[in-house]
Amino acid sequence: MTKRSSSRQALLLVLAVVTLIVLAASIRFGAIDFSITQITSALGSLLPGHPEATLDQRIFLELRLPRAVLCLLVGASLGVGGTLMQALFRNPIVEPGLVGTSTGAAFGSAVFFVLGGVFHIGVSLWSLPVAACAGGIISTYLVFMLARSRENARASIVMLLLTGLAVNALFTSGIGFLSYIARDPQARSITFWTLGTLSGASWRAVEIVTVSTAAGILLALHYAKQLNALMIGEEEATYLGVNVNRLKWIILSVNVVIVAIATAFTGVISFVGLIVPHILRILGGADNRFLIVGSALTGATLLTLADLMARLVIRPAELPIGILTSAVGVPVFILLLRRRQYVF
Amino acid sequence: MLTATNISFRVGAKPLISDTSISFAAAKLHLIIGPNGAGKSTLVKVLARFLRPQTGKVEYQGADVHQAGEADLAKRRAVLSQAIDVAFPLTVREVVMMGRYPHFAGRPSAVDQSIVDEVMDHMDVTEFSQRDYQTLSGGERQRVNFARVLAQLWNDGQSNDSKPCRYLFLDEPLTFLDIRHQIDFMKKIRTFADAPDIVTVGVVHDLNLAAQFADHIVLLNEGKVVANGTAADVLTKERIEQVFGVTPTFVPTGHSHSHIVFN
Repeated sequence: MTKRSSSRQALLLVLAVVTLIVLAASIRFGAIDFSITQITSALGSLLPGHPEATLDQRIFLELRLPRAVLCLLVGASLGVGGTLMQALFRNPIVEPGLVGTSTGAAFGSAVFFVLGGVFHIGVSLWSLPVAACAGGIISTYLVFMLARSRENARASIVMLLLTGLAVNALFTSGIGFLSYIARDPQARSITFWTLGTLSGASWRAVEIVTVSTAAGILLALHYAKQLNALMIGEEEATYLGVNVNRLKWIILSVNVVIVAIATAFTGVISFVGLIVPHILRILGGADNRFLIVGSALTGATLLTLADLMARLVIRPAELPIGILTSAVGVPVFILLLRRRQYVF
Repeated sequence: MLTATNISFRVGAKPLISDTSISFAAAKLHLIIGPNGAGKSTLVKVLARFLRPQTGKVEYQGADVHQAGEADLAKRRAVLSQAIDVAFPLTVREVVMMGRYPHFAGRPSAVDQSIVDEVMDHMDVTEFSQRDYQTLSGGERQRVNFARVLAQLWNDGQSNDSKPCRYLFLDEPLTFLDIRHQIDFMKKIRTFADAPDIVTVGVVHDLNLAAQFADHIVLLNEGKVVANGTAADVLTKERIEQVFGVTPTFVPTGHSHSHIVFN
């Protein structure tokens, strides 16, 4: 136990260092590369008494840096979201994208973009994330309600995945419809939404996602021990003093909120939540206290790497990041399914 | 002391427990027997507060169990069920440590660690300590889970006088065990149940094991208590014929109980 927990701590430390290294690469390379002197002088220009930032410095401070930070936060949210869903369903092939949360959130954002403009709904700082959350909640709720069988109050995983497929298709076509009726500039941003992109990053987005990610991770950690107890079954967890129904609602809500808010600013990025907890379980076991912190770090690292690739592969243009995460995630998902190590 | 008064539990229109009253004393081993579908598991789940009866109430030392907080109850009530699957790779020690979850907030204390060592030793699973639970056989898993349940109720060394009773429920604990481990399990349950502040209620299928180890046998049929008392009182030829539909022959063993053979 002590041996294992200290090796886990070492592992988390390594992951944190890797995250920082990847972050450094992410702010340095892109459509244009910034040298270390440029980066330090750009950061220096923020200090009082320094000359006005140059164009390059402003590109760095207003585009590159918020994008890199947003990427970390979104990756962390998706990684933790995946861990929470897998713990809740006691199944390693569940992730927020598969049960409709991400598509619903993207649909909510699309409604906000297209109709918000038409009806002049008050555009405050929080209206986009609220719209995304509403979409995420509706779609996730739909999936769970429809997946529940009559005899058995608990949704089976097969039903859950199939229902998720159907609801995802419904909301994707909803997004398609909105982009069809939308006037041009909106339509373009919606297309990007379904593919996932970090190009819209801003400090405002960073602020909001920081709040949701930090609050989500802290709440998740608070319930980590109860989630561990859930691993041996709902009845056993009850005997260990866990209020299972309350735990389910709290964890599901945390998951929907962090994933929906991340999705509001970046669009649908699939499979990060699926792969990340899996890698960590292989490295350090299934204790959720370790998994939650670890999946925040690993999610941040993997998404930053994906974003770096998205920016570099066809530079100076860039790929939607969701294409990359799906290209890597789909084979892993299929591999997991084919191993059939898990009970459905 | 555990008291159930006029409890009924039904699913839909089907009654599983019908208007049953029964009480269980501390320091005694109570074993529930009965044919399939008699409501044994349901009764244990109602007594352990997993299920809430539609009528009647369950009291631990005179206090309604549904008034107690989950976290508080988990410190003094533990249940060993059958066939527990773990969804993810956990080491045996991690599973046993879960028994201490109700007792610590952040990290396990030194007391929790040493209790886990002790119960793993007691249940002979120390050698599996770092093995993945998923790779164990059914019988090995059952021993690990018994260790976990014992860890939950284990005496942490503090003075006993003011403490409330502890409640141990066992729902067919012998499933998957070979004969040696069945006997070993029953002996360990027997020893644990002898403590003056422990109420123990179990379900077993084997009438002979029940007769050999129980202080008190409860015969359940169709959701009702048919008989309740010592093995000699409860396990009569007529009752066994009537409830189980088989004819027994009693073979004297030289001990206080006779061995039952079925024709």
